[in-house]
Amino acid sequence: MPKIKAPVRTPHIDMTPMVDLFALLLVFFILTTTFRPQEAAPIETPASVSEKQAPDNDIMTIFISKEGKVFFSIDNGKDTSTHFREKLLVKMAEQYNLTFTPAELDKFSKMSSFGMPIKDLKGWINAKDSKDRDKLQVGIPMDSTDNQLAWWVRLARLTNLGAEVAIKGDAETDYSAVKEVMDLLQDNKVNKFNLVTNLMKDDVTLKDLPPK
Amino acid sequence: MGEIIVEEKGKKSSKHKPKKHSTRIDMTPMVDLMCLLITFFMLTTAFSKAKVMVITMPEKTDEIDPDRPEIPKNRTLNILLTGEHKVYYYIGIADPKKPTEIPQLVLTDFSKDGIRKVLLIKNRDLFTKIAEFRDNRITGKLVVADTTAESEIKRLKKDDKKGPIVLIKADDKVKYKDMVDIIDEMAICNIASYAVVDPTPTELEMLMNAPK
Repeated sequence: MPKIKAPVRTPHIDMTPMVDLFALLLVFFILTTTFRPQEAAPIETPASVSEKQAPDNDIMTIFISKEGKVFFSIDNGKDTSTHFREKLLVKMAEQYNLTFTPAELDKFSKMSSFGMPIKDLKGWINAKDSKDRDKLQVGIPMDSTDNQLAWWVRLARLTNLGAEVAIKGDAETDYSAVKEVMDLLQDNKVNKFNLVTNLMKDDVTLKDLPPK
Repeated sequence: MGEIIVEEKGKKSSKHKPKKHSTRIDMTPMVDLMCLLITFFMLTTAFSKAKVMVITMPEKTDEIDPDRPEIPKNRTLNILLTGEHKVYYYIGIADPKKPTEIPQLVLTDFSKDGIRKVLLIKNRDLFTKIAEFRDNRITGKLVVADTTAESEIKRLKKDDKKGPIVLIKADDKVKYKDMVDIIDEMAICNIASYAVVDPTPTELEMLMNAPK
């Protein structure tokens, strides 16, 4: 009697459901994604109960790192044809007698927060990789003889008249560093600040009211 | 079973029949790629948008408005912040011209039974009103739109004539987190009027001699 040989088959797993799931997830992520902008320094914001969302557009953000370094960022506006970043840099260049090529301006408008003396900005824009770029991020000088942050704020306000100001400070920053920035802003007639915080619910109800 | 054997026999005998290919596609590379893409999107997505806490600072002017309203002494609650997350408070005004009447600082902290209790007791009337208004909305007794509710709470705050006027003062040792926390307490306790101001020299001296 001849032996019946079972045909050898490679085990095949049906991957279709898995692929379906992956495709769904992928579509979901592609659609919901808003890219996290690269930040100059890691900043852990303090928590608050505020549920107000930070505006997407027309906002200039001043970052204050743990060490008190200050970085600046402004968006291009809701209508990207406004090119606020480019215009701001042109004004800033005029102020400090510098020139930027159109290519540099264009590159700058696509980048995010920065913090260095204005003379190093060219190097930052043209830096080969992010390592070189990060080395230049030493904070915007704020001393009284050459207050560059004040100029950034002033000219940014002139460039985008409707821009609000957000302050994103690290929880461990000294308040004096934040206060310095706030004072500077107030000198430039900014009296309303958006302090960037994490949401942390803390409900207090009538029950928490101490008895009379 | 019989059929398969017949088929195999047929395959071997008739050479001119085209070889049957399996319709299975190897999906592994596709799955690999999808996995990578999903990972990429998951890592770069910023899901929770940043929240902001809006704070409006008093405008800086050297002129003193002659028509400014007189603040009743007993409504003024001064909160003094200093390093190590310490909170001091006193009621009234520390007038350097009347050294005998300088009030004593009371030490408290950021906990639930700390400064919040003080604020809640001081702000009992307004807090009760706003909390009841919110409760009525949650339980469905009162149906109003979000914006209407907001303006109603604003009106309640504006009409309040009994609650404390909180002056927040911070010295150089304060961390940014503490400042955000104390402003947050104002929001939690529904304080109608508060301001962040610089401490006076008298108050700094009071802090030096404050109970540890």
